[in-house]
Amino acid sequence: MITFIQFLITGLRLGSVYALIALGYTMVYGIIKLINFAHGDFIMVGGYTLFFTIPIMMNLGVPGWLAVVPAVVICACVGMLVELLAYRPVRKTGNNLTCLITAIAMSFVLENLAQAIPAIGPDPKVPYTLFAKTYSIGGVAVSQATIITVAVSAIIMVALYLFTQKARVGCAMRCVSEDKEAATLMGINVNHTIIVTFGIGAGLAAVAALMYIAQYPKVYTTMGATLGIYAFVAAVLGGIGSLPGAMLGGLLIGIVQSGANTYISSSMSDTFVYLILIVVLMIRPAGILGKNVGEKV
Amino acid sequence: MKQNRIKTRYLVNFAALIVLFAVVVGMGMLGGNTMKLKIAPSVWQCSYLIIMAASLNLVLGFLGQLSLGHCGFMAVGAYAAALISLAFQRAGFYTEKAGAAFFLVLLISIAAAGVSAALLGLLVGIPALRLKGDYLAIITLGFGMIIVNVINNLPFCGQQGLSQGSASSALYASGLGFSNDEKMQYLWVAGLAVILCMTCMFMFVRSKYGRAIRAIRDNEIAASASGINVSYYKVLTFTISAFFAGITGALYACCNAALATSSFSFTNGSILNSVFIVVMVVVGGMGSLTGSVIAAVVLFLLNYTIKNGAWVSALPAFLQNVFTYPMLVYSIALIIVIMFRPRGIMGSREFALCDIPQWPGRIKAYFTSRAAGKAARKEGKSHG
Repeated sequence: MITFIQFLITGLRLGSVYALIALGYTMVYGIIKLINFAHGDFIMVGGYTLFFTIPIMMNLGVPGWLAVVPAVVICACVGMLVELLAYRPVRKTGNNLTCLITAIAMSFVLENLAQAIPAIGPDPKVPYTLFAKTYSIGGVAVSQATIITVAVSAIIMVALYLFTQKARVGCAMRCVSEDKEAATLMGINVNHTIIVTFGIGAGLAAVAALMYIAQYPKVYTTMGATLGIYAFVAAVLGGIGSLPGAMLGGLLIGIVQSGANTYISSSMSDTFVYLILIVVLMIRPAGILGKNVGEKV
Repeated sequence: MKQNRIKTRYLVNFAALIVLFAVVVGMGMLGGNTMKLKIAPSVWQCSYLIIMAASLNLVLGFLGQLSLGHCGFMAVGAYAAALISLAFQRAGFYTEKAGAAFFLVLLISIAAAGVSAALLGLLVGIPALRLKGDYLAIITLGFGMIIVNVINNLPFCGQQGLSQGSASSALYASGLGFSNDEKMQYLWVAGLAVILCMTCMFMFVRSKYGRAIRAIRDNEIAASASGINVSYYKVLTFTISAFFAGITGALYACCNAALATSSFSFTNGSILNSVFIVVMVVVGGMGSLTGSVIAAVVLFLLNYTIKNGAWVSALPAFLQNVFTYPMLVYSIALIIVIMFRPRGIMGSREFALCDIPQWPGRIKAYFTSRAAGKAARKEGKSHG
């Protein structure tokens, strides 16, 4: 029983991180129909920013987690730059396929650029561990990081949902994702909205990076690749373009992964994640909460 | 008249292929250490990269669907070839890598590699090709990872092979795995494999099947309205592409003494990964098989000289640092190519020997039309 609860808690914690990342994927996909493969690497950018800023914060005498503020800012800037320098020019000339290939290339650029920077280099680094305290509730060990991760991602999820429903920019985002031409006619600045979306998505990745390194204190340049793929699977599973879907998908993937680790074999957990993805896509191509939109002729 | 021209084209191409084959055979007969240690292994590597890029081009360029797990099929082919030849070797069918018995085993393992990859391609293709675009990319990525993951966990694919040793990510025994001398001796096999595979692929894209899949790429709905069975052709192309990827796997198994699943992953440090193959296809031209061949050779040479060449150390320190991460250079090059030529450098044009006499005229026409376009834009601006 304790193993079961432990696995559920681990899954919930992993899943919350995936959900945070998946939100970024889903927002960008919803608005420009592009799988932003570089999104995983925004986590890496966030991770390294945290690695450098946490000690600075500690020296200044403020709590280390405040380092998330510069991380969010830097990540958002990187996200917007990627959109400005790579995606926008390609969107003008190419089709969906070329955009997708650009996104894959961009992910490689970020990973390898980070390695080429002397202060980062190819070797993994160990950041300062935050939220290390562990509580024991009835024999089940719950770390402070777990509680904070789950709480923060739930709050962000709700806030983001309200933002897209109520705020002006949020409404513009929904408009652009529904119909770009019509949105332009209604006086919405489409490019501006897309840039804001990239900024928010990348900012969320920085928060996810904080949560992730609180669990696994290690940063390396390819950390975003696998994390990004899991999060993307989560976004597709929940229904890409849907915010609650991303949350649900993230939690599901986290629980499946920790379940496979606990009960079957850790080397097969990837296989289970992809199998679930494939099965869901076979039965409901639009994902669990996604809307199935027919193709216009 | 036209019939004659086509005949001449066939004859010229056929002669060129024979010359190419003769050159490869001749290279295999030459001696010398440079030849043995550098050129022969490079020819082998080029051979599987060329077929790999061309086979992905069938799916990406001609069918217009992005598959990110292409190296998974290559892995299946490589393991199938290595294990089947190993079984023959352990059964005592051949002891040294020479003679008719070994050649027979080589043929059987290449065929088995192709067929096993094709079967898997069929298995993956039937469910996966119900999806399109981004979803297909992700699902093929997933399948590629599953294939590698499963191979890691199969006991007969690890350590000494055929259940000697436990499941592991590397297979240290192979019935193929040529030494440098054997690579020289069998260099003609690599050359012949490339020529045969490329000929088959050309025949495929020029046939009615090829026209059908190009119609699907250009407009799926219109194609299906014209009576093309879209899902049949999609699965067919995917299977054929997987078949050729499997054959490259067998060539890979010939080239390398040991197999490791990490060499077939989505991304890794070496030149062989699913993403790099996509780079080759896109840079060469989506829809141009000759483009893929040229891109594969050029990018291989680029990669080789970046790693071993003298020109890198002649660069300033900062650039040298960049070239220690060649993937960075390739991906930036990829983005630039996509920005300015969305369908790749060659587009869907094919390189043909018979067209060379017409090149000066074409280049001139290109520049005149560009100049005309610029002038027209200027005029438009001044009016606007």
